[in-house]
Amino acid sequence: MVRRVVITGLGVVAPGGVGVKEYWELLTAGRTATRTISFYDASPFRSRVAAECDFDPAAAGLSPQEIRRLDRAAQFAVVSTREALADSGLDVSALDPSRIGTSLGSAVGCTTSLEREYVVVSDGGRKWNVDHEYAVPELYRHFVPSSMAAEVGQEAGAEGPAAVVSTGCTSGLDSLGHAVELIREGTCDVMIAGATEAPISPITSACFDAIHATTPRNDTPESACRPFDRTRSGLVLGEGAAILVLEELESARRRGAHIYAEIAGFAARCNAYHMTGLKPDGREMAEAIDAALDEARLNPTAIDYINAHGSGTKMNDRHETGAFKRSLGDHAYATPVSSIKSMIGHSLGAIGSLEIAACALAMEHGVLPPTANLHEPDPELDLDYIPLTARERKTDTVLSVGSGFGGFQSAMLLARPERSAR
Amino acid sequence: MSTTTTKTEVTLADLTRMLRESAGEEEGVDLDGDVRDTPFIDLGYDSLALLQVIGQIQREYGIAIPDDAVVDAETPGALLDLVNSGQASPA
Amino acid sequence: MTATPTAPAVRPAAATVPGARTTAVVTGLGIAAPNGLGTEDYWRATLAGESGLGRVTRFDPSQYPSTVGGEVPGYVAEEHIPSRLMPQTDHMTRLALTAADWAVADAGIVPGDLPEYGMGVVTAASGGAVEFGQRELQNLWSQGKEYVSAYQSFAWFYAVNTGQISIRHKMRGPSGVLLTEQAGGVDSIGHARRHVRKGVPMVVTGGVDAALCPWGWVPQIASGLMSTVSDPSRAYLPFSAEASGYVPGEGGAILIVEDAESARERGAEHVYGTVAGYAAGLDPAPGSGRPPALRRAAENALADAGLTPSDVDVVFADAAGTPELDRAEAKALEELFGARGVPVTAPKSMTGRLLAGGAALDAATALLALRDGVIPPTAGVAEADPGHRIDLVTGAREADLRTALVLARGHGGFNAALVLRRAH
Repeated sequence: MVRRVVITGLGVVAPGGVGVKEYWELLTAGRTATRTISFYDASPFRSRVAAECDFDPAAAGLSPQEIRRLDRAAQFAVVSTREALADSGLDVSALDPSRIGTSLGSAVGCTTSLEREYVVVSDGGRKWNVDHEYAVPELYRHFVPSSMAAEVGQEAGAEGPAAVVSTGCTSGLDSLGHAVELIREGTCDVMIAGATEAPISPITSACFDAIHATTPRNDTPESACRPFDRTRSGLVLGEGAAILVLEELESARRRGAHIYAEIAGFAARCNAYHMTGLKPDGREMAEAIDAALDEARLNPTAIDYINAHGSGTKMNDRHETGAFKRSLGDHAYATPVSSIKSMIGHSLGAIGSLEIAACALAMEHGVLPPTANLHEPDPELDLDYIPLTARERKTDTVLSVGSGFGGFQSAMLLARPERSAR
Repeated sequence: MSTTTTKTEVTLADLTRMLRESAGEEEGVDLDGDVRDTPFIDLGYDSLALLQVIGQIQREYGIAIPDDAVVDAETPGALLDLVNSGQASPA
Repeated sequence: MTATPTAPAVRPAAATVPGARTTAVVTGLGIAAPNGLGTEDYWRATLAGESGLGRVTRFDPSQYPSTVGGEVPGYVAEEHIPSRLMPQTDHMTRLALTAADWAVADAGIVPGDLPEYGMGVVTAASGGAVEFGQRELQNLWSQGKEYVSAYQSFAWFYAVNTGQISIRHKMRGPSGVLLTEQAGGVDSIGHARRHVRKGVPMVVTGGVDAALCPWGWVPQIASGLMSTVSDPSRAYLPFSAEASGYVPGEGGAILIVEDAESARERGAEHVYGTVAGYAAGLDPAPGSGRPPALRRAAENALADAGLTPSDVDVVFADAAGTPELDRAEAKALEELFGARGVPVTAPKSMTGRLLAGGAALDAATALLALRDGVIPPTAGVAEADPGHRIDLVTGAREADLRTALVLARGHGGFNAALVLRRAH
């Protein structure tokens, strides 16, 4: 008997708002949360735009000690975990804690805190032999981002396997894929799974500047991220977290849980090509999509919506459009595709989980979020990218994909659990 | 940020030295040969390698090289022409 | 909410589902450790009780309360790493690439042996490529953003070893990176077995780490768990009455985990052993009053292997080296095996704790012990603190070894256990 995995709870911290409700309002309004960076003086940088969260940790319910102890990314994760658990209605205290696991994606860990503390212990970069006497007690916790998975797990009362999954910008899909495997194989019945990232920090600006990955469109920050548009010029950094409560289908049904969707298939591949480059044919992403379809035992024609990686670079747009055509064939032309990064930016390791949360909400509400800022479609891209305005459409099967530095390519399928017996 | 404002012309030998330092040398490629018109891609250098070496030229020579150089300059010769033509402005 | 039937799009069930019955074997090892570079150098030194710990030379440790570390000796990167990769890789990734090269060669895998999507890479990481990261942070903050390397965007990050190994060997299968601090080496091997059970013929796994730079050192000082003893032979004495904390080291091991049948079909040269059992668990929140998860992880790993504690011939301990953590581990061992019920060893006493590389090296060491029928010693410890009722192996001990248990713990509450069995 194959154990199936369903989403029963959602929690989100995203640019534009804390909480699932505000997140969904932003996405369906087609509103963008990208703006001029306010966290630090970004004037030296080529790209000065980001999608920042207006996040007040105390207002979000964190205690003074939690605020001191936790990096911003860990704060996002803990707040999202609380919302997801409440949303799921799960009574954790009635469960065997060893059957609850934790899987948290993050690409760059506690970057914000690490850089802040680096500046102090190095005295502004003057010292190679950085000064331990200025090190805060939390420094090691920031140094090893696995600490964030422990925080989330302990917050949830989970004593099963826990880990941070860190595969660059596919971390947020891969962490969910990892969680699905743990439930399917019988190790866990419930997973607290998702991803978090708070990368908006000078070192992140500097390293994306150095490879011209981020957009230099600083004059119009609100429309700076333009996936699939002829005028696209690079990605816009974002931040945030999404935590999902995943459960084995039968036990979720027994307790009468609200089920958003089943995670029906997942696959990850590597392009083994380049640490940052993508081949235009999208072969490895297509391979991941095909393998996810195999796992879900679905044909490509079942797919009613694709949540694209859509990072806002020409290379990505061609790569994934190529991959969709490869995997879906003619059905690609009949399948709406959109990129929510146009609105909430690219939160690196977190975005995959934020996108799956958006897909679950799209299935729940029968509405597809649009690709904002898509005024001048790239003539070489000929799919339906849902420009500007959300679209009402009932969906039963949804695909989300991601590409990451390191060559990672991942694909995940959500479907309605009622669709058929296996 | 750099205060160097040397106006010295960048030579092919300077460029190959900086390529080696910034991005290493592909096995089977002789950078000391006549590589002026050999595409960077055939020399084993991708866009990251070019960005890295352009960064080094900018720092060492105190000039600003336009963003498009990494796309437009497909050979060492083309990059040197761009750097030495005055299109690159003092930083 | 009723679903629209999508039956036409649903495929019939697959005829065969790769399952838990698949046997995962280890067919290749690559080791870079402070007391030996390469598997045989390391193994010889380890059996002889030769420690690789010393005063740190990679930076001047004089100003710090902790000065002892384990540095990999005699590693000349240029001899192993292509010139084009040098500017874009940290010392950690170079060691990892080298260990992976050795492991692939040891397994006798040649390109074309296996389908490219049938080869995956799963590695453990802890703090990323710290030395590279420190240099670029310094470039940014002391000189400006123009001085930051174009390679910084990926050279420091946690996924770098997996990405670079997959590119170098054209491995396009399911890949991943797990972070559970020092438990990561075991978790990555457990995850590799998961992939093999799902039908991936071969996965390169394990962990190699290196954080011997000031920006890797100071956070560890802040953890409060590092030894401040300056005599390298006395600084890291796990389970002893003099235990004073741990010493960090660099290096680790890369292992080739394969489907046994696939390994046989391609004519694998040797099988070190099978990955028979694996389990992990998270400690409850501090102050909850609930017990730590180490014992349960060990029990579950044994159950997963279909074994009982009496089947275990040797335990490779986590050996944190602080009195409190040693006591917790010794207690778990006593509860599992009875007082002094099984030989327990900590060869990491000769290498230091290698962050994400440590548990992978322990697994590799356990496989060598199974191969040769000898338990390597816990160096420098004359006898265990009598309060720990464990049979600590303090000199190499010959034994008929069939089953080894590897325990690993990661800072913050991670616990993992791996059961390895001799091949035949």
